This record gives sequence, C-alpha cells and structure tokens, in this order.
Amino acid sequence: MAETTSAHTQAPGGPPPKEFPPFQRETFASQLIWLALTFGILYVLVARIGLPRVGGILQARGARIAGDIADAERLRDQSQAALAAYEKALAEARNRAHAVAGEARARADAQAEATRKTLEDKLNARLAEAERSIAATKTAAMSNVRGIAIEAAGAIVTRLIGDAPGEKAAAAAVDDALRQTHGS
Amino acid sequence: MAASPIHQFEIIKLLPIGKIGGIDLHFTNSALFMVIAVALTALLLLGTTTSRQMVPGRLQSIAELSYEFVANTLRSTAGEEGMKFFPLVFSLFMFILISNMVGLVPYAFTVTSHIIITASLALLVFVTVLVYGFWKNGLRFFRLFVPSGIPIYILPLIVFIEVLSFLSRPISHSVRLFANMLAGHITLKVFAGFVTMLGGLGILGWVGAVLPLALTIALTALEFLVAFLQAYVFTILTCIYINDALHPGH
Repeated sequence: MAETTSAHTQAPGGPPPKEFPPFQRETFASQLIWLALTFGILYVLVARIGLPRVGGILQARGARIAGDIADAERLRDQSQAALAAYEKALAEARNRAHAVAGEARARADAQAEATRKTLEDKLNARLAEAERSIAATKTAAMSNVRGIAIEAAGAIVTRLIGDAPGEKAAAAAVDDALRQTHGS
Repeated sequence: MAASPIHQFEIIKLLPIGKIGGIDLHFTNSALFMVIAVALTALLLLGTTTSRQMVPGRLQSIAELSYEFVANTLRSTAGEEGMKFFPLVFSLFMFILISNMVGLVPYAFTVTSHIIITASLALLVFVTVLVYGFWKNGLRFFRLFVPSGIPIYILPLIVFIEVLSFLSRPISHSVRLFANMLAGHITLKVFAGFVTMLGGLGILGWVGAVLPLALTIALTALEFLVAFLQAYVFTILTCIYINDALHPGH
C-alpha cells in the first residue's frame, strides 16, 4: 500500500495514537479543496451539459409521443369518417337497387299483363270468328239439309202415292217439321 | 491489510501536489475517489446520452431514470419553482450516491464517511437556502420561524425552537449521512474481521466463521440499501430546505 499517515494506530512504543481519521484536522484543508474542485466540475458538467441534454431527450420523446398520438387520433378520425361515408354510400346504393328492382318488377308485370291481354284479345277474336264460322257453316248445312229433305220428301211421296207433290207443299211441310224439331 | 476497522477511513497521500499558503495539497485517496465519483457521474450522464436515442438503451435509461427520479423528488417537494435548483440537487444526489456505492467495493475509500465532506455539502445547501431565501423574500424570510395560528403567549418559545432547529439543520443533515456510512463500514469490517480471525483457527474456526460470513453478506446487501437511502434522504432534505427558501410561510 502507499505511504500511510498512521498504519498502526495501536502499535506499542510507536508514535502517540492518532485521532480517529474523520476527525484529523490536518486532512480537512486538502479534502475541502478537492471537494470544491471535483464538486465544482461535477456541477458545471451537470448544469451545462448533462441535464440540458437528458432533458432535451426526454422533451423530444414526449413531443414525439404526443405528436404520434395526435397523428394516430387524426388517422382514426379519418378512418371513422371514411367508414361512415362508406356505410352511407352502401345504404344509398342498397336503396337505389331496391328502387330499380321494384321499377323493373313493375315494368315486367305491366308488360306481362299487356302481352297477356293482347293474346287474350286475339284469342277472343279468333274464338268469335270461329263461332261465327261455325254458325255460318251450320246455317249453310241447315239450308242444304232443307233442300235434301224437300227432295227426299218429294221422292218418298212420289214412291208412296205415285204422284209428285207440288214443290211448294213439300217445302212447307219440311219447314214445318224443321220448326218442330228446332222448337223442341 | 490491517484488521483495525478504522483503518479504512485513513486519508492516504498518493501524490504530492504542493502547498499553497501552508496548506498541504496532496492528492489523497479521498481526492482520488471524489474524482472517480465525478468521472462515473459524468460517464453515466454524458457518455450514455451522446447518441440521444429516441428509444433509449440500457445505459441511457439509467441516465434518464436518475434525471426523472431527482426531478420528480424536487418538483413534488419544492414545486416547479424549485427546478432552478435542479442542477445542484442532481449533483448532490449523484455525488453522494456514487460515493456511497463505490465505497462499498472492497478496498475502496468512502468519501462520504468523512464529516468534513458531508458537513461541506450540508453547509453548501444551508448557505444556498439562506442566501436565496433572503434574496427572494427579503425580511419575509423570517416568517419561516413564525408559524401561523400560534397563540401569542407561546410564540416566543416557538420562534426560539424554530430558529434553533433551523440552525441545527446542517448538523443533522451532515451527521446523518456521515454516521450512517461510518457505522455501516465499521460494522462490515468488524464482522469480516471475525471471519478472517476464526478462519485462522482451523476446522472448528471455519465452522464458527459461517455465521459472521453470512452476516457480512447480509450486511453488505443492507449497506447497499443504506447507501441509496442516505443519498435519497440527503437529497429530499435538500429539497425540503429549498422549499423553505421558496415559500417561507408555513
């Protein structure tokens, strides 16, 4: 070890025992001066460089965090606005689609109805025509039947009595018979 | 190594620097450890923060934690106005804390185990409080000694006690730190001395040395706590005294 002021405090026969080291007054001056020097340097370093630098770091970080949080909040607001706009647009589109679909359905129904009606009209017309044609055919047939019946009645009477009835009498008799059958 | 538990407090002259006006200016072990404490503080505060990282590394975190710890202590005690004393309080805290901690390393010297050092630091605080208190408050600083709401007939007694307690502040402030460091180191040394003493007695001594060894280990842990706690106590008392200088009214 280095030279000591009192290496053997209890050494018998040595120099008189020294005072307790913290109370040795002759060391005070040197300790005070070195304390003033070192603590002074420490204070200057701390006050001029150390604390401003660490404080600056902490402040910058605080500002950065606050800025980031503000950014995040702004972006969140934006995304929420975008979401709201999207939902609104979606709802509008859905409504419009409903409207378009309803319109299309109505138009299709109207068209189908019109088609059905024209078809029905056409069918009715053809039905009426057919009925008319049937009636005409029937009338024609009936008049043919009358002629045949008159001839037949004339022929039958001729065979039965050997004398041909007058054309008019036969026609009257057939008409009478036809009336009776139609009347019943 | 001498077995005397007092030996560790000896001031040892390492380098002769010279004399100024009859004052011996040897570079002593005490001076060496003051330089070490300052160097470690500077390294911790400046060396770890050169890169100014946004996300701090471990060492920069230590610097930031100590900054915020001292800043919060001062701000909560003396308010925002007290922050003008932040460099002083921070320097005191780091100087004492690192001196105490370094002193726990075996063979190291504990700067704060000398009353002259702790008394100087306490007086530095005392004079700062006194000068700033009068400079800022003028004669209103005397209100510090006159608590409000005290009946007039016991006021003289109260003022006397307040003045006395104010004047004794640097004593209690310095002796608390000094005595804690001194007593802790002596206790450690005594128990460690038992271990070496018993260890020299052979097998039976070794068995007997187990208990003081365990105690030495436990005491070392305790002394680390004390080293921090005393630095903190010194700092918070400084903050309280500064608060008195700022706001002398009770």
